[in-house]
Amino acid sequence: MKYAYYPGCSLHATAREYDQSTREVCSALGIELIEIPDWSCCGATSAHSTSHLLSVALPARNLTLAGKMGLDIAVPCAACYQRLRYAQIELDQNEGVREKVAAVTGTVYENKADVKSLLEVVASLDPEYLKSKIVRPLDGLKAVCYYGCLLVRPPRVTGFDDPEDPQTMDNLMRACGAEALDWGYKTECCGASMGISNEAITLKLVRDILQVAEKAGADCLVAACPLCQSNLDSRQTHINRAFGTGFKMPVLYFTQLIGLALGIEPARLGLKSHFVATAGIVKFAT
Amino acid sequence: MPRIGVFVCWCGSNIGGVIDCPKLAADAGELPGVVLSTEYKYMCSEPGQNSIIQAIRDHRLDRVVVASCSPRLHEETFRKTLARAGLNPYLFEMANIREHCTWVHNKEPEKAQVKSLALVSRAVAKANLLEPLFPSSIPMTKRCLVIGGGIAGIQAALDVADAGHEVILVEKEPTIGGNMVKLDKTFPTLDCSACISTPKMVSVSTHPNITLYTYSEVAGVDGYIGNFEVTIRRKASYVDHSECTGCGDCQTKCPTKVPSEFNLGLSTRKAIYIPFPQAVPNKPVIDAANCRYFTTGKCKVCQKICTTEAIDYEQQDTVITEKVGAIVVATGYQLFDWAAAYGEYGYGRYPDVVTGMHFERLVNAAGPTGGKIQRPSDQSEPKTVVFIKCVGSRDPAKGKEYCSRACCMYTAKHAHQVLEKIPGANVYIFYIDVRTPGKGYEEFYQRTISDGAVYVRGRVSKIYQMGDKLVVRGSDTLLGRPVEVEADMVVLASAMVSSSGIQDVARMVSVQVDKDGWLQEAHPKLRPVETHTGGVFVAGSCQGPKDIPDTVAQASAAAAKVCGLLSREELATDPMISTVNQAICTGCGLCVPACPYQAVELKTITERIPGHAPRERTVADVNSGLCQGCGACNVACRPGAMQVKGFTNDELVAEVDAICL
Repeated sequence: MKYAYYPGCSLHATAREYDQSTREVCSALGIELIEIPDWSCCGATSAHSTSHLLSVALPARNLTLAGKMGLDIAVPCAACYQRLRYAQIELDQNEGVREKVAAVTGTVYENKADVKSLLEVVASLDPEYLKSKIVRPLDGLKAVCYYGCLLVRPPRVTGFDDPEDPQTMDNLMRACGAEALDWGYKTECCGASMGISNEAITLKLVRDILQVAEKAGADCLVAACPLCQSNLDSRQTHINRAFGTGFKMPVLYFTQLIGLALGIEPARLGLKSHFVATAGIVKFAT
Repeated sequence: MPRIGVFVCWCGSNIGGVIDCPKLAADAGELPGVVLSTEYKYMCSEPGQNSIIQAIRDHRLDRVVVASCSPRLHEETFRKTLARAGLNPYLFEMANIREHCTWVHNKEPEKAQVKSLALVSRAVAKANLLEPLFPSSIPMTKRCLVIGGGIAGIQAALDVADAGHEVILVEKEPTIGGNMVKLDKTFPTLDCSACISTPKMVSVSTHPNITLYTYSEVAGVDGYIGNFEVTIRRKASYVDHSECTGCGDCQTKCPTKVPSEFNLGLSTRKAIYIPFPQAVPNKPVIDAANCRYFTTGKCKVCQKICTTEAIDYEQQDTVITEKVGAIVVATGYQLFDWAAAYGEYGYGRYPDVVTGMHFERLVNAAGPTGGKIQRPSDQSEPKTVVFIKCVGSRDPAKGKEYCSRACCMYTAKHAHQVLEKIPGANVYIFYIDVRTPGKGYEEFYQRTISDGAVYVRGRVSKIYQMGDKLVVRGSDTLLGRPVEVEADMVVLASAMVSSSGIQDVARMVSVQVDKDGWLQEAHPKLRPVETHTGGVFVAGSCQGPKDIPDTVAQASAAAAKVCGLLSREELATDPMISTVNQAICTGCGLCVPACPYQAVELKTITERIPGHAPRERTVADVNSGLCQGCGACNVACRPGAMQVKGFTNDELVAEVDAICL
């Protein structure tokens, strides 16, 4: 199994632990990731909220690069995934856009590479194979899986899981021996980049997510997006101060938890770089 | 050579104010075959008609053309005029120079004059070829089949039976009563649904003119208006109802419990069961799929306990046939499967998110909770109840585009019942619009508001379970902000959709199903209970969502139509139907699938040609009772053997030539 790997800017900066754990887990599971040479910005927020053409042209360039490698693309970040999928659909359906994009990028887009979220890639493994690789099952861990708003919506763009009650991550957690709790906030918004422009909104949204996760009885939140993880993890101190709450909810990437279950050393999964300590979760991997 | 009279009508100024009618009459007088051409202010009036009769006599006319309005308006009028003059009424042709000409071209009278003459020429060209036509008659079987034993079928059956005709009522469930008998109280008068419907059910079972087949399905319908032959499959109940006394001991002792369909899974029933205490007939059936004896081969408790030896495990399905003259389809509705479509409401995972029908059972004194409103999850009394309207209705993305019509009112009733039965309860109703067109409906809705129900205008985007509460999140579009309610129970007003077997029934009786799955009536306003198939009528919610008053009214209307039909000894058939020229028919059979009414079939005839041995040949044959004269077979016929009388190929070609050449 071989994929063109599109890490996106977060995984080279604020979300290094997602990159690290992704590479570790994929290599342990026999998924070969080859980083797309000379990849560029995916066209997320700053591009797509200012220029429609830019928001298609940027991903078009990356899609073309991956197409040259002859591989499908694995994308860990939900926003990158969303942008690449959107652009692909737009380019496939609209010849006018294709021509404009060719004019600004200087290369003609061809639909060769299929875009898959990293979650989808890992979940496409045979469940029995995955289970056979588990050496330290996460017995007793109660996790709530958080998909955020972009990973499974809108369904005509993403389409790999149910937009109202997604199960892909839940099933992976179950395969790792953890209990995936049913809860109501799987696909709520974390506030995303509002955290920069209007923090009050983000604080409230994150507070609600943490509150519902806590009421559901979760030991940790599981994320599949660097921005979600960052909002949920890094803002807890601030939220506790603002709302008088006492959240200490570890927020892990699904790759980190799978890594633990596969027996990979916590340090190699970046588990030390979280704001809320993850040591309590590491203990579940026995 | 035909002798044609042309009569140009002024229609006051409708035609006469635009074109020169005397000139038109004079020009028409020059057309081939025309021996008289005249005009008059109002041809349809008494003096106008009399002038036609006089002219027929004076000028020995044998064809009549009237140039006036649409044949939809006065073709019948003038046909009768011809009949009064002793002429075959089908030797008449109409030229529509009002709707098709002067009304639409009143700003360009010269062109209208030319077009009028073209239209009259067309009519004259056809009139030259007209043949006298004679209606035939078919006998009438004075019995009626009613399919479906809900309130619509019950009402139609009783009305027809009371008029003195025999009725066969077929119901697929073990009891009649349908959806209505499951309801608690009915809006807006709050009378008890069972109290008003069970007496009617009893009347059905005791009526000397009604034969009731429950646990039975219509398997096939052959024939045509006045002469249907219906095949009915009676499912094996494994209980000999002629021996059974309905004592109920068998269902008490039966060891197998399964969810009760009648209570929508809110309680259990036994494998041998009477659906509910007032069922008609009040005799049990064995559900073989769940019966211990049928699944394991051991048990027979019911047989041992039955003192009249009515249990018969060897019973088989039986097929019977009945002859009827008319059919009323009253197959009703079922509720939209919201759980498959609405993930945001939990896909049916949360036990305390129920439909309005579940609520009816929960609030019903004869229901599983004895009329106490309880949450299905923990039997506690809900303090906060949220109602969501239009779940599957008015939602083309997830459900149906149409409004289900009854939900606004029953939700208001449910809200009223919660507030009445649970002191201090909070009721929130999320709605798109509140629609209350009906006698006493708006008043009832206003009363519910004054009872304390909170109406929130907006849709619910999400329901999720948090602890033992259901968090309902929606928007208040009047305030323009999101709202969240922590509810104990949520009741969904899920859309009405047609019954699951409707396609099969529709195919058997040759009635169209519309885009939403309802049966298509012949005309939405003027023929609401008839269908395009003669002798087949619709009643109740199989034709579209309806509340009880409308259902009963429509059922009685269908019954009136049936009685009108059955009151005749025989039926005159429209002579303008297809006919086969068997001499040139090649027997290719293309007309058979082309016919939407299954009126054409192939048959073998023996030809005797002098000097040759008799030989057999396959040709098409038209059943005059079924043919509606649509002409589809005519188009499909390659050798031109199929002709619609009154619209023959020669006539049509002559008309086209008259206008185009």
